Amino acid sequence: MNRILTVIVNNHAGVLNRITGLFLRRGFNIQSITVGTTEVEDQSRMTIVIDADDPAVVEQVIKQLYKQIDVLKVTDITDMPMVARELALIRVNSPLSTRSEVTTLIEPFRASIIDVGRESVTIQATGHPDKIEALIALLRPYGIKELARTGVTAFTRDTEKVAEISRFNKVRAL
Amino acid sequence: MGLGLQKPEEVSAPQPQPQKISGSQMLIEALRQERVEVIFGYPGGAVLPEYDALYGAGIPHILTRHEQGAIHAAEGYARVTGKPGVVIATSGPGATNLVTGLADAMMDSLPLVVFTGQVGSNVIGSDAFQEAPVLGITMPITKHNYQVRDVDSLPRIIKEAFHIAATGRPGPVLIDIPKDIATTLGVFDYSEPVHLPGYQPTVVPNRLQIRKVAAAIAQAKKPVVLAGAGVVFAGAAKELLEFVERVQIPVVNTLLGLGGFPASHPLFLGMGGMHGSYAANMAMYECDLLINIGARFDDRLTGNLKHFARFAKVVHIDIDPAEIGKNVPTDIPVVGDAREALRALLEEPLERGDTAEWLAHVKRMKQEYPFWYQADGQGLKPQRLVELIYQFTGGDAIITTDVGQHQMWAAQYYRFDKPNRWVTSGGLGTMGFGLPAAIGAQIGARDKTVVAIVGDGGFQMTLQELAVLTDYKLPVKVVIVNNSALGMVRQWQQLFYEERYSESLLPGQPDFVKLAEAYHMKGYRVHTEAEAQAVLREALALPEPVLIDCRVPAEENVYPMVAPGKGIHEMVGIRP
Ligand SMILES: Cc1ncc(C[n+]2csc(CCOP(=O)(O)OP(=O)(O)O)c2C)c(N)n1
Repeated sequence: MNRILTVIVNNHAGVLNRITGLFLRRGFNIQSITVGTTEVEDQSRMTIVIDADDPAVVEQVIKQLYKQIDVLKVTDITDMPMVARELALIRVNSPLSTRSEVTTLIEPFRASIIDVGRESVTIQATGHPDKIEALIALLRPYGIKELARTGVTAFTRDTEKVAEISRFNKVRAL
Repeated sequence: MGLGLQKPEEVSAPQPQPQKISGSQMLIEALRQERVEVIFGYPGGAVLPEYDALYGAGIPHILTRHEQGAIHAAEGYARVTGKPGVVIATSGPGATNLVTGLADAMMDSLPLVVFTGQVGSNVIGSDAFQEAPVLGITMPITKHNYQVRDVDSLPRIIKEAFHIAATGRPGPVLIDIPKDIATTLGVFDYSEPVHLPGYQPTVVPNRLQIRKVAAAIAQAKKPVVLAGAGVVFAGAAKELLEFVERVQIPVVNTLLGLGGFPASHPLFLGMGGMHGSYAANMAMYECDLLINIGARFDDRLTGNLKHFARFAKVVHIDIDPAEIGKNVPTDIPVVGDAREALRALLEEPLERGDTAEWLAHVKRMKQEYPFWYQADGQGLKPQRLVELIYQFTGGDAIITTDVGQHQMWAAQYYRFDKPNRWVTSGGLGTMGFGLPAAIGAQIGARDKTVVAIVGDGGFQMTLQELAVLTDYKLPVKVVIVNNSALGMVRQWQQLFYEERYSESLLPGQPDFVKLAEAYHMKGYRVHTEAEAQAVLREALALPEPVLIDCRVPAEENVYPMVAPGKGIHEMVGIRP
């Protein structure tokens, strides 16, 4: 099962190396990793998705992360109320004959066409990784020529608003 | 800046007005502030500014003959003094020669602060002469590392490095200093307190967890304590003894924990693990409560994990939370310093369970299955050699070793009663560790007898450091347990590879006595126990370095033994 960890680190040179090196050395598998700045200067947020079924492994990953001097906070947010988002760029075969079909198909995903060529279109989609997966599966029969995914970035919800927003979200999703 | 001769103790805290000094002068000044007594190192192009600042600065520097020698010496120093060992090496090959020592110190939690030179900031990444990506190479084998980008950050970085190296679970910290940084002027301010929000080791354990341990002790019928190097690092030998005597629980030591509990104590069961004592291993197998204090459940200790402590409730006290539950599922985790945890336990009204039968049982095992070897009245048995060293040093010498059979015999037969006297490479198992580690140990403990018990194989990996013994008049006694073989490899080939001795025999040895003489040291060769007695007595009384080439039979094996993959209750060779 995938677990999503958010890791707040000092924004120092080499920190990403420290983290990926740690995963390599300890034999932990990274599904995806994203890094970016945060609201606090000098701190970065990493969102790391790992494939681990054994809670002992997840615990070991978290403890090993904490041993890094540059790691300030690690949270396993998998089971918390959270928002997880990913962006995908998909160039799909789409001669004029299928173009309107593709356009209709992506509409419920609230994906958009951001580039149009003679034989293909480029689609941009954001959302939960499951949604991206579903979109990719639907587009595959048309022939995907190029695919780029950012990996997940995520954080927890402001708990007071959780129930409300998730209802809102369910309506909007798909 | 006053960079003249000055003893570390005479430093006065307030710094003079913000006058600018160079990065290399900052380094020296910071070492003074840290009260560094000695530096182990080797110069080169990228550290010429540092060596220039060191010239006449009054901080003793030990020039080894290889950077690996310098870092192992620093490890030996750290092991006996508990203070960080300081190393300087040049960029490129100087830095890469430190890799083994860094990995060794990382595995065995030894506090080191290591400075490497680097090519100039403007050419980093251009494959410049003697450039090596030291930060990347050493990232996984240091507790933390730095590359200095700006001279003004150097004092802060050095201060943090000493703090990180010596606190929490100790370890090596490396600082890579580009050559231009060493010559750039900046303001030296060492007064800022260390601020590391991401590094806050838990020292004082949680009281509730301590109470759970106390409750488990009250219920246990078959308790055992496993004491590791964490006890020694924490300076908790006294507290451990008091605790053990209060609760009357037998004690097993790890290889690196030896000395943390007196070997002559009636409750001591010996070292556990692959070549540990039968009583120690059976106690860990049969116990219903295992209290691990500062040990990391290394696989050489536990044997096959399926069988390890399989009937026991497991308590694990460790300053490094990542060690808890890593190898062995733990029922009562206690994060904290070993001494703090023991003190907290001693504050509890400790009750003992009904352990009379268990105590009688483990004592019987200890009596019935001591370490053994067959004395044949001829030649010199390596085990007997260690017994003689024990006897002639009154059991109070500092012993360093290489890795192999002689290391295990030293651990089995030198019965340490006190901590910080046992200097060996445990986790990494680094051949060639013994001689350079003895150099550092002797410098850290000038008035102590230091004996380097080394293998004929391992000795030849770092023997050039003999020069250091003569240079600095260090009266280390180098005892080569010479079996004309890579003994431990030979033993495994005998036992598990049908006696196919592939590349493990060393029939053509150099003349080690002449070698000693070439280094202006006294050299002896002994073949029999009688000769060994006479020579040891004479050599140990000499106030100078001595080398003794001890010829021992090649066929001797280390027993008892837990074969690889077996449980610790499946020892072989437990009796003659
Ligand atoms: C640097 C290094 N290389 C290889 C080994 C593997 N190894 C472990 S013990 C051993 C034999 C050591 O022989 P020697 O130093 O003569 O000691 P003995 O076992 O004979 O006492 C070897 C080769 C090692 N531990 N370290």
